[in-house]
Amino acid sequence: MASNKEQPYVQFQNIQMAFNTKRGKFIALQDINLDINSGEFISVIGHSGCGKSTVMNLIAGLLEATDGVLLVDGREINGPGADRAVVFQNHSLLPWMTCYENVFLAVNQVFKAKETPEKLKKRTDDALALVGLTPSTHKYPHEISGGMKQRVGIARALAMEPKVLLMDEPFGALDALTRANLQDELMKICANTGTTALMVTHDVDEAVLLSDRIVMMTNGPAATIGEVLDVNLARPRARLELAEDSEYHRIRSEVLKFLYQRHAHKEAA
Amino acid sequence: MLKQLENIDWSEASAELIKTTLSIIVSMGVLVAIWTFVASVTPDFPGPAVTWEEAKVLFEDPFYDNGPNDMGIGWNVYYSLQRVAVGFGLAALIGIPMGFLVGRFSTVNRIANPIITLLRPVSPLAWLPIGLFVFEAADPSAIWVIFICSIWPMILNTAEGVRNVPTDYLNVAKVLNLSEWEIAKKILFPASLPHILTGVKLAVGTAWLVIVAAEMLTGGVGIGFWVWDEWNNLKIESIIIAIFIIGIVGLLLEQILVFIASRFAYEKD
Repeated sequence: MASNKEQPYVQFQNIQMAFNTKRGKFIALQDINLDINSGEFISVIGHSGCGKSTVMNLIAGLLEATDGVLLVDGREINGPGADRAVVFQNHSLLPWMTCYENVFLAVNQVFKAKETPEKLKKRTDDALALVGLTPSTHKYPHEISGGMKQRVGIARALAMEPKVLLMDEPFGALDALTRANLQDELMKICANTGTTALMVTHDVDEAVLLSDRIVMMTNGPAATIGEVLDVNLARPRARLELAEDSEYHRIRSEVLKFLYQRHAHKEAA
Repeated sequence: MLKQLENIDWSEASAELIKTTLSIIVSMGVLVAIWTFVASVTPDFPGPAVTWEEAKVLFEDPFYDNGPNDMGIGWNVYYSLQRVAVGFGLAALIGIPMGFLVGRFSTVNRIANPIITLLRPVSPLAWLPIGLFVFEAADPSAIWVIFICSIWPMILNTAEGVRNVPTDYLNVAKVLNLSEWEIAKKILFPASLPHILTGVKLAVGTAWLVIVAAEMLTGGVGIGFWVWDEWNNLKIESIIIAIFIIGIVGLLLEQILVFIASRFAYEKD
């Protein structure tokens, strides 16, 4: 837990994000103010189309805010950087590279200037071991399952030793059992590495289970942060114990009320 | 690889092979029947039997050399292939990198597109006099014509391939902060390789079509000029033999490239 005296690691200050479309200017996000402390796990949740992925892409540097200030470690973001690694929704592994080569591409890019080839190889092997994929090291993405691909995606991001781990619905495309498995592993990895993490999700249980705070977005256009909910559940968290925890249920229903009562999706209703 | 072989159902595979062989035999039979009929109604037109006798003589010694005006059929094919290889190789050397630039940078595309659109429909043979004027020799002019006709499909297909590289892969490149050279080498090239090889395949087909016509005009040793020479000797059976040779060589060239392309195709997940 970061103390309050410390400067927040990521700071959104009055961020606005507008896109130029054929039908004119479309304001996706407005008045986004959020501080993320070092080591914190934040989930961004909201209905589809609320711009939660846009929030992530702004920190990743894939998009540039049209207004406001976005600071990482006290400095304004200027494009993508190795300090912010991204786990993409559809894993985005390069199909012509083996698992090893996919991870090595990231490792090499970040560490080649200051480390020996042996050290780079070890980092790659370690990252794959961390997600339990040592046996598939030299397999191609099409030879492994969806869950394994997503693990490689996570390994690639973690291998960069990022200050912030950004995840865009990382488990969205997986079946429930695989998802639960990876969530548990992600919790362990985050506890061990102490990474600051921001995860975009639409899964309420996932958000409550993993997060220190849940950022709930209102519906777009001009979406903004509706509420931020603290998740004061002791870590390490166990899925089964939480199922009978009253605090877990209170938070879960808070999120559900926000999503389906106060900010119900108009089309979905 | 071995595992794949084990999975093949051999009885089904051999049935398929028999079917293919049978249909080829039938189709060749139809061709010979039509040919025999045309020969029987056209005075002095050689039928299959006469042509076969002539072919036996020709292939008895395909690599004899009685000076530049009288060389075996093997040499003629060899020289034609050599011209195609040089012209085609140069076109690949220039066309593929150009296609990269056109596909990657929209400014380059805007400048190059009108030029390509204007010049592409021009018959390659129209370029022959320009070649003769510049090079003042027959051989480089024929190569020049091959170069011109092969370069368009290579530029256009490479550009198309580069433009169609999924955004996901490019986002990976952005997040990793790869340099433009690294993006070209590790992402754009492998991702667009199937497209590039399609361009190469189209180019080699056109080049082989065009070399015959070009050699008829430029003379020298080569299958095209050989056809013209035999026409001047009124040896129609030689011309028919040449048509078969040109067809078979063209087929082989394309099959070789299809094989190469299949080696480089990556499996999409």
